Amino acid sequence: MRQLTYLGLLVACLLGTLPLELLLGVRVYARWRRLAAALVPGLVLGVAWDEYAVRHGHWHFDHRYLVGLDLAGLPLEEVLFFVVIPICAVLTLEAVARRRPGWLIGDEPPEAAEPDQPDQPNRPDRPDVATR
Amino acid sequence: MTYTWLVVGALLGAAACDLALLRTRLLTRRAFWTSYAIMFGFQLLVNGVLTGLGVVQYDPDTILGVRLAYAPVEDLGFGFALILLTLSCWVALGRRATGLPVRGGAARPVRAGPGRPAPPPAPPARRPPSPGSSPSDG
Repeated sequence: MRQLTYLGLLVACLLGTLPLELLLGVRVYARWRRLAAALVPGLVLGVAWDEYAVRHGHWHFDHRYLVGLDLAGLPLEEVLFFVVIPICAVLTLEAVARRRPGWLIGDEPPEAAEPDQPDQPNRPDRPDVATR
Repeated sequence: MTYTWLVVGALLGAAACDLALLRTRLLTRRAFWTSYAIMFGFQLLVNGVLTGLGVVQYDPDTILGVRLAYAPVEDLGFGFALILLTLSCWVALGRRATGLPVRGGAARPVRAGPGRPAPPPAPPARRPPSPGSSPSDG
């Protein structure tokens, strides 16, 4: 069981944020192409940094807590970290944007609401959600 | 201190991406800081578990030694940079979907004006019903 510690933590992060997609309807996974593209820079830079840090002894992993699979010279879980945490971040931002439609995040079309207005009851749904 | 300086560089890089490169300006937005406040708690939890159990162990020479919930403060900076970079990319990519330039220009959304063609009217935005949607959000 101990080998599943790190992987389990990541799974817990995904399960914990899943209601944002399923119940709140943020449609982040539904826009999976945009999501995948948004993850690439963090994944590439993060893995490169991590690999460098491990090679130079900045940190190391206790393999008793890992499933034992390696990817790109790192434990599988450490690579997945750079996928899972950013996904949770996007879900959180979209959830906040959905609950507070007046708080713009910057991808709204020009006719969107004025910035930082309080909730506007009859405002149409967030515009970008209808594009895919 | 090596990790410390790398984190400072990453924070500056992510901020430059958000403010100058993609001009998503999330650092100036309430939605971003509210999201980060929510994530901050979970960040402490995840970092705390990883570091508290010793899943990840640090060379004391590469960090300041200041710890928050077991984890070096550097980890918070690392996470913040990762989150900011990703969200900046997410928003920039979303602009493409709404017909805006990927690289933002104006500090605030501007209406169509001289030299800026009006975008096509947005179709009536209605999410297709999904099985898990709560009745209140459709």
